[in-house]
Amino acid sequence: MSDSAHHGPTLGVYFAVFAALVVLTGITVAVAFADLGALNNVVMLGIAVTKATLVVLFFMHVFYGPRLVWALAAGGFAWLVILIGFTLSDFLTRVAVG
Amino acid sequence: MHSLSDAQPLAHQFDDTDQQRRAVSFGMWAFLVNEIMFFGGLFATYTVYRVLYAHAFHDGSHHLDITLGTINTAVLIASSLTMALGVWSAEHGKRRPLMAWLLMTLLLGGVFVGIKAVEYHGKWVDHLVPGPGFVWHGEGAQHVQIFYSLYFAMTGFHALHMLVGFGLLTWLIIDARRGRFGPAYYAPVEMVGLYWHFVDIVWIFLFPLLYLIGRH
Repeated sequence: MSDSAHHGPTLGVYFAVFAALVVLTGITVAVAFADLGALNNVVMLGIAVTKATLVVLFFMHVFYGPRLVWALAAGGFAWLVILIGFTLSDFLTRVAVG
Repeated sequence: MHSLSDAQPLAHQFDDTDQQRRAVSFGMWAFLVNEIMFFGGLFATYTVYRVLYAHAFHDGSHHLDITLGTINTAVLIASSLTMALGVWSAEHGKRRPLMAWLLMTLLLGGVFVGIKAVEYHGKWVDHLVPGPGFVWHGEGAQHVQIFYSLYFAMTGFHALHMLVGFGLLTWLIIDARRGRFGPAYYAPVEMVGLYWHFVDIVWIFLFPLLYLIGRH
């Protein structure tokens, strides 16, 4: 990690992230067979977001990257949340209005 | 240790190689944000129809092969690891490991698409491909057909991205063999890595949304 020009994870980090991704996949499959009601979706999406975050931060080096890349990556996902969030704010409230 | 690959070509519009390196990854991320929006439209469509036809989506999801889906998720995660190890090898000037990891990534990608093809064939045989041949013995056949339309559109565009990745990996393997990459210059390996990981992330969301709803 003495390379000042370019910071990246160590090999151990890569294998740890891989192990975490495999374990999280196992958990999400196991949880899918349990009836948790609305919680199923929350847990499922929570695990998917956690997995995606691990990939972005470590496999894609954003954790070690410049602020500009942080802003770009976060901005991309923020707009995705706006796209789906505002769409849901419409469709989830239509029935209530009648 | 010094070879041709230690010298990074500097394009005239950049002050130094560090600025060039940053510009390359900024440009790649700008492209990936476009990709987020591209798949985002499909995910938003999925969200709307799932809210409207929750039962049909659960029934449709039940007919996807959860075993093959889980195996493919593991295969793709493993391919992300081998890709990351490839980038690490390039950064540390290890030419043979670089070629081996890239080849491994390509092979795992091939396994993924192969399994996907087996699944598609199964859906074809079971008359679950949307269109005139679609047959559904149960409630809400039209709405289940919407689920399968989204299933094929989303996994199809994902698989198309995988095929593009195969081309990119092949190009990298050839150039790695020629000794083009080293500690001073491995931007193409790193950028293809970003692309590959992005495609992995898309699947990380597709897998639960398509395969894991309505299992309980």
